[in-house]
Amino acid sequence: MLLVSLLVASFLIFAAMYLAPGNPVAALSGGRSLPPSSLRVLEQRYHLNAPFFAQYWYWLDNVLHGNLGISITLRENVSTLIASRIWTTAGLVLYSSVLILVFGIGMGLVAGLRPGMLDTSTVIITAISAAIPAFVAAIVLILLFAVKLGWFPAIGNGTGLVDSIRHLTLPALALAVSSLAIVARVTRASVREEGEREHVQTAVSRGIPARKLIRRHVLRNAAIPITTIAGITIASLIAVAAVVETAFSLNGLGAYLVQAAQSKDLAVVQGISLLLVTAFVVVNLLVDMLYAWLDPRVSLGSRAT
Amino acid sequence: MSDPATVSALQSAAPAAGAPLLDIAGLTVLLEVHGEKRAVLRDVSLTVRPGEAVGLVGESGSGKSMTARAIDRLLPRGAEVHGSIRFGGSDVNRLAGADLRRYRNQVAMIFQDPRAHTNPVRRIGDFMTEALQANLAVSAAEARRRAIDMLTQVGIDDGARRLRQYPHQMSGGMLQRVMIAAALLTKPRLLLADEPTTALDVTTQAEVMAILDGLRREFGLAMLFITHDLDLAAAICDRTAVMYAGQIVEIRASALLHDDPLHPYTAALAAARPDIAQTAPRLRAIPGRPLSAFEAPPQECAFAPRCPYATDACRADVPGLAELDGGLSRCVRAHELRGRLGGAPDE
Amino acid sequence: MSTGVPAAAIDAPRFRALTSVRATGAAGVVSAIVVAAATFVAIFGPLLAPYDPELPNLDLAWIGPTGGHLLGFDVQGRDVLSRLLVGAQTSMLGPLVVVIISMITGVLLAIVAAWRRGAADAVISSGLDILFAFPGILLAVLATAVFGAGLTAAAIALSLAYMPYVARVVRGAAFRERSQPYVAALEVQGASATSICLRHLIPNTLPLIVAQATILFGYAMIDLAAISFLGLGVQPPRPDWGVMISENQTGIVQGYPLPALAPGLCIVAVVVAVNVLGERLFEQAQAARG
Repeated sequence: MLLVSLLVASFLIFAAMYLAPGNPVAALSGGRSLPPSSLRVLEQRYHLNAPFFAQYWYWLDNVLHGNLGISITLRENVSTLIASRIWTTAGLVLYSSVLILVFGIGMGLVAGLRPGMLDTSTVIITAISAAIPAFVAAIVLILLFAVKLGWFPAIGNGTGLVDSIRHLTLPALALAVSSLAIVARVTRASVREEGEREHVQTAVSRGIPARKLIRRHVLRNAAIPITTIAGITIASLIAVAAVVETAFSLNGLGAYLVQAAQSKDLAVVQGISLLLVTAFVVVNLLVDMLYAWLDPRVSLGSRAT
Repeated sequence: MSDPATVSALQSAAPAAGAPLLDIAGLTVLLEVHGEKRAVLRDVSLTVRPGEAVGLVGESGSGKSMTARAIDRLLPRGAEVHGSIRFGGSDVNRLAGADLRRYRNQVAMIFQDPRAHTNPVRRIGDFMTEALQANLAVSAAEARRRAIDMLTQVGIDDGARRLRQYPHQMSGGMLQRVMIAAALLTKPRLLLADEPTTALDVTTQAEVMAILDGLRREFGLAMLFITHDLDLAAAICDRTAVMYAGQIVEIRASALLHDDPLHPYTAALAAARPDIAQTAPRLRAIPGRPLSAFEAPPQECAFAPRCPYATDACRADVPGLAELDGGLSRCVRAHELRGRLGGAPDE
Repeated sequence: MSTGVPAAAIDAPRFRALTSVRATGAAGVVSAIVVAAATFVAIFGPLLAPYDPELPNLDLAWIGPTGGHLLGFDVQGRDVLSRLLVGAQTSMLGPLVVVIISMITGVLLAIVAAWRRGAADAVISSGLDILFAFPGILLAVLATAVFGAGLTAAAIALSLAYMPYVARVVRGAAFRERSQPYVAALEVQGASATSICLRHLIPNTLPLIVAQATILFGYAMIDLAAISFLGLGVQPPRPDWGVMISENQTGIVQGYPLPALAPGLCIVAVVVAVNVLGERLFEQAQAARG
């Protein structure tokens, strides 16, 4: 099913050429006037004289062979341009995901398993943090940690592994803030809920020791909704990364996508969109599989939400 | 509170002599509801001898489930417990750690809704063997062997395959049988059966009851059988206790309960049930609705408002449990009403 | 004697509205106030703004709060407070439009899917599944690349991206409602599909729909502000909270954080308030159902 979504999505991305006002050539060139030689190249590459669906077929064929077109503004292969930036985005999303999983689930577990002051404060903090958009978090983090404290750099990618990680820290944090809060809340709620279930009482009545009880009956069951929400929020990182990359002037796919959209470099927009949608779909697929593995009542392909 | 006369009456209320396995005396439980403490059990006293089946009958809110939970120490957080529960001589409420776990293996509870009480994401095999492996240090292989064996005893063949299944792959009746089997695996001395067949359809009910009763007798286990069905309790239990508004109002040998009840509430319960053998012009319902313990007025008999035999004496004070003809009754008029309570009540 | 205590509950319908607001607790009351204030400013902003929000005066750039300028000046020397007040319009209106469009289309599709069931449901569900593949921001960026930057393209794209989430939630509730016995009874009596849907299905799922709309508003606000922040939504010099953050970001490293932080705070405040209200409404919807 997800493969079908992907196919249809690719078709929509392709069709964007035709949705734009004017003819496809105008869309591809972003409204610029091009010399006739360039126009001929475009016509050939995109088979613009062929029937509509044939064009789609050619385009898809190219895509699957790694040929994503040529950037109008930079006159380079889109694939090359993407390849040089993909690691920044991938690193950012990965870094952020780790933060979300470790701190989000961690906070949620602590709050869920221990009622009291810690729990109440967690609820309040997560309620507020969940509403902080990535770009607002970005400027606050820049203000606090880059300007006032000087612990982390405010912009740029950095060079080398360690320096890059240092440069990615604030962006990853900004990206993670609201998702972290949401994951923490769901974790806490799930742990609470599962703790109240009757089957936990059964285990208690049979003298199962507390540690085993929490591990096998509360956490194991809570893992289901926690995994779902973690998966959903991590998938959403893929799109929101663009905002954070822009705020921190990072040289990633998201920032490039925005620039390309602004300069109407359609081929680049199509290429990156396709990549991001694919990544999004793949992550969702993985979450579905994980969910089906965790919950024996559910067969693959149906996520009960 | 229980006076010595009542306590000795309790012990002589049962035909067989011998130290009781479970001895509840003056149990009062308060729960916190919306900030205030409310009584759910008031001065409950009950004994169960080894190998004896005692029924505990009452409507919703009577406190029967709460009694079972108190025995198994499954009360909600913040519950205040007064009185004593003794099992094999030890005070249950003082048990902790390994002792408490050992106690929990000796007292097995069978719950009402098997589907809610089994973990849906774990296999039946894990469900059945976890207590054995956790507390009795039984090896995994041995535990599985015993589980398969017990499944056969409750009428489930192909145990090996069943152990690998999940709860949602089984019917309610089968799941309840699994729960019974699991309860029996730790070789308990007392079974607490909390309405084990209420959630099942009628034909399955009969099957499960037969299995439960049969195995209990075979293993010589004591049982506290909780139900709202007076006749069901009377059918399989040697003695039956009736609860109302958080108190025990009658304890009687089951055989005598229907024809010679010692409390108007018991009589009313018996009369309210449609009897296939008789034709009555009209079903007799008890006017009013059953009270919970905290709704009961503090200075009178809780049943008085709905009782057709109530007099001023009944409203003067909370009646105590008094011995009468081998049974116990909380009705101050029990003596005089003797003989008139069996069958249909007057008016 | 003293058996059942007569229910001293507040039964009269007119009290029920009050109790439902009070029942949401202190956080709920504060949130309601914040949302009301934001709405008020969104409507009357331009009238309340003391200074011209769009007139640049570079001599005044970055000056801190003085005199009548409570929040100081921004990167182009414009009064921050005035821009905030006027910017509330687009910042609140955009999400409202998104919510309305996605709710109407989502609810419609959900009701049709739940009513017709079978093939119609399969087709609709498949279509929605496909839409799920597009994260909101991505679709908005794509739309602006094709149709040009601006609030309209972004808002429509977001509505499309949100619609499947609405539809999924409402479809579940509508299915449950549809299988209720009273619906079959109405059908037997000859009531038309439209009338049953309008008079029964929708009103009974309304608490859930309202709760969903409230929470969706928060998401829409964040996403639209993000798109404006990226320069693809509301275009400068028009004031908009997202645009303001982008414009004044350079002030942060230069030591003038206020012009960028103020709109950020507004966004967070409104979204928190909306989330709190939405959650309370969800709880009430669940309670009403169960």
